[in-house]
Amino acid sequence: MNKKVLLYLILIIALFIASAFSMGLGAVKIPIKEVLLILSKKIGLFTDPPVSAQHEGVLNIVRLPRVALGLLVGAALGISGTAVQGIFRNPLAEPGLIGISAGASLMAVIIIVLEVALFAGLSNLLGYYLLAFGAFSGAGIAAMLVYQISRTDGKSNVATMLLAGIAINALAGALTGLITYIADDQQLRNITFWMLGSLAGATWENVLAVAPFVLIPVLLLPRMGKALNAFSLGEVQAAQLGLKVNQIKRNVVILATMGVGAAVAVSGIISFVGLLVPHTIRLFIGVDNKHVLPASALLGALMLTLADMLCRTIIAPIELPIGVITALLGTPLFLYILIKDKKKLVL
Amino acid sequence: MLIADSLTFEIGKRSLVKDVSFSIRPGELLIILGANGAGKSTLFRLLSGERIPTCGSVQLQGKEISTYTAAQLALKRGVLSQQNIVNMAFTVIEIVMMGRYPHYSNNPAIKDTEIVQQVMELTGVIAFADRSYLTLSGGEQQRVQLARVLAQIWDVPNALLLMDEPVASLDLQYQQQTLAIAKMLSKRGFMVVSILHDINLAGQYADRIIMLKNGRKWYDGTAAEVLSSKNIYEVFEINSDVYTNPRTLKHFFIPRNVSLNINPQ
Repeated sequence: MNKKVLLYLILIIALFIASAFSMGLGAVKIPIKEVLLILSKKIGLFTDPPVSAQHEGVLNIVRLPRVALGLLVGAALGISGTAVQGIFRNPLAEPGLIGISAGASLMAVIIIVLEVALFAGLSNLLGYYLLAFGAFSGAGIAAMLVYQISRTDGKSNVATMLLAGIAINALAGALTGLITYIADDQQLRNITFWMLGSLAGATWENVLAVAPFVLIPVLLLPRMGKALNAFSLGEVQAAQLGLKVNQIKRNVVILATMGVGAAVAVSGIISFVGLLVPHTIRLFIGVDNKHVLPASALLGALMLTLADMLCRTIIAPIELPIGVITALLGTPLFLYILIKDKKKLVL
Repeated sequence: MLIADSLTFEIGKRSLVKDVSFSIRPGELLIILGANGAGKSTLFRLLSGERIPTCGSVQLQGKEISTYTAAQLALKRGVLSQQNIVNMAFTVIEIVMMGRYPHYSNNPAIKDTEIVQQVMELTGVIAFADRSYLTLSGGEQQRVQLARVLAQIWDVPNALLLMDEPVASLDLQYQQQTLAIAKMLSKRGFMVVSILHDINLAGQYADRIIMLKNGRKWYDGTAAEVLSSKNIYEVFEINSDVYTNPRTLKHFFIPRNVSLNINPQ
């Protein structure tokens, strides 16, 4: 128990520190002390602290929404990853596996390429919303498709779900490839940018738009910890322990799609977070989902805040796509887990 | 009471279980024997409520089994399946505690912790309570699963315990121990139904044996009534000699060599 409380504490403290530093970094550097003063002013702690108006503006308009978006997207990716691994009874599963990311990117690419033809003259903001909405619905459609294909006699078969996910991924990938073929140079740049993930589009509007879709799964999924634990015994065994297996599976798929779909919609595809975060948590506190779920939300948020900090500063003033950072740092850890556990893995 | 009433289960035109009826009372240990494909596992799934019979019904404590919700059923019967594959590195104690999940909502009560402790001692898994399930041998894993199922129904009066080949990967000591636990639970008022392959183990512990062949109930009775060379030949198609243990007066059998049909070439 103590180990778990300690981990929660460390994660929360690290999250605060990382967020504060992240808000200070960028083209306009704001000292950490000033960041804290501005923040305490915002929550009404001080009425008139000695801060520069320019810094306050930058923080309000640029940095705060960006950090907030990073926290939300990271929490959604982390907790959804844990939940999807639980439902598939497979520590190597991730939301991308059931077609969520592929569906989202297909729709996004379609919109990027067709936007000019269909919606010429639309403002940038509207185009952005359209993109987000398209990605979200693509994620939902793909996940529902995979889920429906896997259902027989009112039950959904996890092995079929995995295979259907692979098939939908391949199909969406092929269609995406086809469409990029007719894209012009500018569109290709947009597509690449989007496929590699970025928090650069953060505004208060999209933070508020995405917040409910992230908060619902982040609040509801931890309640399913016991159920997901029982799932690891097998679906039949879980039913014998009194669980409504199909209802739980459906709810988890819906909640995970909601979180990941919303995240992908505002930030593009940020790979490996959903896979790595749960594994890292399990290294420290074991596999009990009651704790792994909430801790994954925290670590996901932390990981994305740090990755965003890195991609903004490594070759400043140019920004690297955040998906590149998470994949670059994530792959070695993933391989490490694979090699370490390869004898234990049974599909 | 558990009453199986003319159970039939068909897939397409093939019937896997045909018109099987029997009932057992609290205090009874029933063992189901039969060759591969005789319908043992299908019958088992009908009894556990995992499958719904094409015809006939299963009644548990006076109520049709399909009218219970999964949660209600979990408080009346425990099921030890043949295959238990776990991919996540849960500790042994965590797995056994899952047996108590139907009994608490958020945090285990003191009673739950005590029961988990007791069943772990009984099944001999307490020595590795904090180890990862994935690091255990097949037999150890099976004992952990047994402990989990025992924890589920430990404090339920007249509970039903269903076991599908519970000794498949156990060594001699734990084969005996598992059946001794089943026997002890039946004496405490449980209804225990177990599928076994080992005829001698069945003869040693069963209050009653049902032999299945081609999905039908072929023989039904005490070990002394059912275990004869003739019956064993009919159900398993092997010749054997059945003797009586002079000390316990229970029947045991010794198979004779079988001849293989191989074309000389």
